[in-house]
Amino acid sequence: MFKTFPKGGIHPPENKLTADKPTAILPVPAQVTVPVSQHIGAPATPVVEKGAVVRAGQLIAQAKGFVSANIHSPVSGKVSKIDTVVDTTGYKQTAIVIDVEGDEWVETVDRSAGLVKDITLSREQIIERCQQCGLVGLGGATFPTHIKLTVPAGKKCDMVIINGVECEPYLTSDHRLMLEKGAEVLTGVSIIKKALGVESVIIGIEANKPDAISNLTELAKGFEGITVQPLKVKYPQGGEKQLIKACTGREVPSGGLPLDVGVVVQNVGTAFAVYEAVQKNKPLVERVVTVTGKSVKNPGNFQVRIGTPVSALIEAAGGMPDDTGKVVNGGPMMGKALAITDVPVTKGTSGIILFPAEESKRAEVLPCIRCGKCSSACAMGLEPWLISALSQKGMFEKAEQERITDCMECGACAYICPAKRPLLDYIRLGKATVIRMARERITK
Amino acid sequence: MSNILNVSPSPHRQSAETTRKLMYGVVIALLPALATSIWFFGMGAIIVTLVSVFACVATEYIIQKFILKTKPSISDGSAVVTGLLLAFNVPSNLPVYIIIIGAIVSIGVAKMTFGGLGNNPFNPALVGRVFMLISFPVQMTSWPLPQGFNTGYADAVTGATPLAIMSEGIKNGETVSALMEKVPTHLQLFYGYMGGSMGEIAAAALILGGIYLVWRKIITWHIPVTILLTVAAFTGILWGVDPTKYADPLFHLLTGGIMLGAIFMATDYVTSPMTAKGMVIYGIGIGVITVLIRVWGAYPEGVSFAILIMNAFVPLLNMYIKPKRFGKEVKRG
Amino acid sequence: MSSTVLLTIAMLSALGLLAAVILYFVAQKFKVIEDPRIDTVTEALPGANCGGCGYTGCRAFAEALVKSTSFEGLNCPVGGAETMAKIAIILDRQPLAVEPKVAVVRCNGTPDNATRTSYYDGAVSCRVAHALYGGQTGCQYGCLGCGDCVESCKFDAMYMDPVTELPVILDDKCVACGACVKACPRNIIELRKRNKKDRKIFISCMNKDKGGPARKACKVACIGCGKCVKVCPYEAITMENNLAFIDSTKCKLCRKCAPECPTGAILEIGFPVKEAKPAEPADAAVS
Repeated sequence: MFKTFPKGGIHPPENKLTADKPTAILPVPAQVTVPVSQHIGAPATPVVEKGAVVRAGQLIAQAKGFVSANIHSPVSGKVSKIDTVVDTTGYKQTAIVIDVEGDEWVETVDRSAGLVKDITLSREQIIERCQQCGLVGLGGATFPTHIKLTVPAGKKCDMVIINGVECEPYLTSDHRLMLEKGAEVLTGVSIIKKALGVESVIIGIEANKPDAISNLTELAKGFEGITVQPLKVKYPQGGEKQLIKACTGREVPSGGLPLDVGVVVQNVGTAFAVYEAVQKNKPLVERVVTVTGKSVKNPGNFQVRIGTPVSALIEAAGGMPDDTGKVVNGGPMMGKALAITDVPVTKGTSGIILFPAEESKRAEVLPCIRCGKCSSACAMGLEPWLISALSQKGMFEKAEQERITDCMECGACAYICPAKRPLLDYIRLGKATVIRMARERITK
Repeated sequence: MSNILNVSPSPHRQSAETTRKLMYGVVIALLPALATSIWFFGMGAIIVTLVSVFACVATEYIIQKFILKTKPSISDGSAVVTGLLLAFNVPSNLPVYIIIIGAIVSIGVAKMTFGGLGNNPFNPALVGRVFMLISFPVQMTSWPLPQGFNTGYADAVTGATPLAIMSEGIKNGETVSALMEKVPTHLQLFYGYMGGSMGEIAAAALILGGIYLVWRKIITWHIPVTILLTVAAFTGILWGVDPTKYADPLFHLLTGGIMLGAIFMATDYVTSPMTAKGMVIYGIGIGVITVLIRVWGAYPEGVSFAILIMNAFVPLLNMYIKPKRFGKEVKRG
Repeated sequence: MSSTVLLTIAMLSALGLLAAVILYFVAQKFKVIEDPRIDTVTEALPGANCGGCGYTGCRAFAEALVKSTSFEGLNCPVGGAETMAKIAIILDRQPLAVEPKVAVVRCNGTPDNATRTSYYDGAVSCRVAHALYGGQTGCQYGCLGCGDCVESCKFDAMYMDPVTELPVILDDKCVACGACVKACPRNIIELRKRNKKDRKIFISCMNKDKGGPARKACKVACIGCGKCVKVCPYEAITMENNLAFIDSTKCKLCRKCAPECPTGAILEIGFPVKEAKPAEPADAAVS
C-alpha cells in the first residue's frame, strides 16, 4: 500500500516540531517589502509609483513576458519607495516598499470564510484567473502556475499528481494546510483537474502524516477522481520525478518534463492558492510559513502576508534564540541560508528554520574515501563524487556527459558523505555552467 | 539580532556518519577475529598487532608532519585499520623488524606516495604483506600452530597451513581424501583451529565481523558474497570433476585468507569499485584468480594477489560501469 | 640444431618485415600534414600553457599564430615583446608593440573596512560563494576571499593575505596572463598598464551602489561623488554606475585625484611618501 521511488534516497531526522501546531494568523506588519521577482522567470514591472495609495489585492507589478507572474499588494497603504533591497537570494533586487494603513481589500476579492465547491469557470477562465492572480508553485520552485496548467500543443496530460509529501525535515506548512483546509485543497485540486481536463488525480502524502492521509482520504470521497496515495517516508520524495515514479511508476526522461509522461505535478499549497484565486478571486498575497528550530521558544505555523520581514515572523515565534547560528529560508535540505533576517517573506518561503550554533557549522572536509555512499543515495542515479570533482576541476564537458544537469540539487549526497565533502556546492556550480554552455551552443 | 549568521549552500544538515566512525566501525568488526587469534596464538598475536598498528600510525604521522609538512590526519583511523589488517595478514611469530618494514611499505609506499587516504590504487595492507612475502619468504611462511593461549613468541611451534599441506600433497600425487586426514576438520577450520596468518584463521569470527559491517551499512554484501560464491562455484565444479585431485568447496572457503580477504581486504573503500555492478565483477574476478592461484599456481594461497590484481582494474570498472540513471536519455539538439 | 636457429631467424625476420609493412601503410593512412613552423613557434613560446593568450595552450596559440595573417589580437603576455619578436622572425612578420601589463586587485574590503555581516561556511570557492549570495559583507561587489584567483595563478604571483583576507599580487612575478581575471567571479581584478617602478593609481573598489549603501557596506568604498573626475587634467577618470574608473592608458600618475577622494578609495602605490599624506594602513593589501 505504501509506495516509494526505487533508487537512492536518505532518511534525515524528521524533526517535525510544529506538526501539531495550528496555523496562527500573523498580524499585518507596519511595513511590507514586496520584491518584484518572486518567481522563476523575468521580474515583474512595477505599475505603481512612489506615493501611490494601494489596497490589498491590487496589482502592483505586471508580469513581464510569458514566464513571469503578477505581483499584488498584500496590504493596504502607501507606497513609500521603490528601491533595491537584499531579498532571500542574498542579492539586491527591486522591491516595492509599502507603509501599511488599515487593511482595506479590493472589492472583487471574496473574503468570506465559506467553502465554495461548485466550479463555474471554464478551463480557459481558470488558467486566465491563475495568471491574473500571480499564482506560482508554492513547493519551492515558484514556477508560474498558469504555464503548468497550459498543456502545450503536441503534449498530452492524463494525470495530475498533487504533492503533499513535504519530505523536507522540519517543515509542516503543507501538513497543516491538508488538515485545516482539506476541503478547500480538494476543491483546488478539482479545479486543476478541470483546467487540465484529466480524469484522475493522485495526492501523494508520506506516511509520517497519518492524520493528513486519513483526513484527505475521508474528504476525497466527496470529490470525483481524487485518490490519496500514502507513501513511505524517504527523502527526496517531494522531487517531481521521484513523486511521479513513486505514484505511477512512470519515469520522466532525462532533461524532460513531467508532461513527457503525461503528468502534471502541483503542490498542495498551490492547490489551495488555486482554490482561493478561482473561487474567491483572491490573488496570491499570503501563505503559510513554518517557523521552527530546536531552541525556538514558540515554533509554529503562521499565515503571513507576502513582504512581511522574516524578523517579524521570528519575533512571533518567540524571538531569535541567543544561540542561533544559522537561519534557513525553506527546508534544511534545499533551503537558502539567510545572511540577515531583515528580508521579506516571498511566495516561495515555505519555512524559516533557526539552527543553534552547534548545528550551524559544517564539519571539517576530509578526503574522499570513495565509499560510494553518495552514488547509492542519489535518487537520479548519478555519481555525485565524480560530477562534483569534474566541475571543481572545470571539466564541464565531461560533467555534461555524466548527466550533471539531471541533478535536482536535493543534497542527499552532501548529507550522506562521511568525509563531509561539499559535493553539491560544486555540482550546483557545474550544473549552472553546463546549462549556460548548452544555451550558448544553441544561440550559436 | 546581534547574531552574525553562518551562510552556506544547501543542504544544511549532515549525517552523523563520519570517516572516523566508519574506520572505527571496521576496527570493531575486526575485534572478534583478533580475540580468536589471541586465544589460539597467545602473546605473539598481541605483540604483532600492537607493533603493526603503532608502526603504521607512526609512519603516517612522521610522513605527514615532517616530510609533507601538513596537518597529521592519523585520528581518522585509517592507519589503525591498515595496521590491524597488516597484522592479520602475517604469522603471529613474525620478527618485529619485519613488521615495521611491512608497515613502512604499507603506509609510506602504498598509501602516502599516492597522496594519502583516498588516493591509493592498491590496498596498503596487502602491498605491505606481499612485499614481506617476497622479501622474507621463510619468516612469512613459517606458520605457528594454534596451541591455546601462551606467552611464547618467536619460539612458537610452526607448521604448514592446511592449504599448503593440500597443495604440496597433491603435487606429490597423494589423494585429497588421504590429505584430509592430515588437516583439521571442517568444524575446526570454521572456528579457527589451524595454522596460518594471525587473523585469517577464524572464519566464524570474521563472518561475525562481516555481519556487523553490513548491519552498520559500512559495506554492502556485494563484494564478500560474490567472492565467496565464485570461489565455492569454481572449486565446486573442479571437485565435481575429480574429487580425488581437488578439495571440496567448503575446505576452500574455510582455509587461507579467503574470509579475511573477502570481508575486510577486498571491501576497502578506496580500492574497490563504487557501483553494485562493478563490485560484482570485481568480486568474481577476485574469486576466479584466487582459485586459479590456489589450484594451479606456485603459491598455495592467492587471495592477496587476486585482490591486488583486481585493485588495478577498479579505475576501469569505475569508469565504465555506471549506476542505472534515472530516466531515459533523450537526444536534444 | 642449426636448423632450429635458422628457422628462428627466418621466423623473426618474417615477423619483423610484416610489422614494418603494416606500420608503413598505417603511417601513410594516418599521416597528418602540419605546418612545420607550428613546432618552431611552440618552442619559442614559454610553454607554461597558462591560457593567458586566450587559447587552450601554447601549441594551440602557435597554430593560431601560424594561421593568422597579422599579430592583431594575438599576444603572449607571459613572454612579452621578446617572445613576440622571436616569433615575428620565425613567421617573417612585423611584431606589434604591446604595452606590458600587470594585474591589480580592485577591492580593499578588509575586515576593518567592510564589517562582516555573515560568515561564509560553504565550499572554499569564490564561484560557489558568488552563486550563493552577496558575500560576507554588505558589499555584493567585493572580494569573497576564497582565493580562486590565487589557485588560478600559474606563476606563483599571488597569495591570500591572512590579515586583510584579500589576494596580493606580486608585481615582479605577475606576467599579466589574465588567468586570475577570468577566475574572479566578481571581476575585481583588472589588467592595467605597467608603469615605471610599478607605480600605480587606481580605484580600489567595484561597488556600483549609491553613495549611502556603498559607504555603509565599506569604509573605503567609492561613493561615486565625482570629485576625482573633475580634478583629473587628462580625462583619464570616468564615472559609470556610481563607480569611478581610472583608465591606466590615459593616467599620467599626476597624483591629483587621490587626495580628493573622501573615502580613500583611490590607492597610490609605489610613490615616495608625501609629507602630509594621511596614513593608509590598508595599503598592505595591494603593495
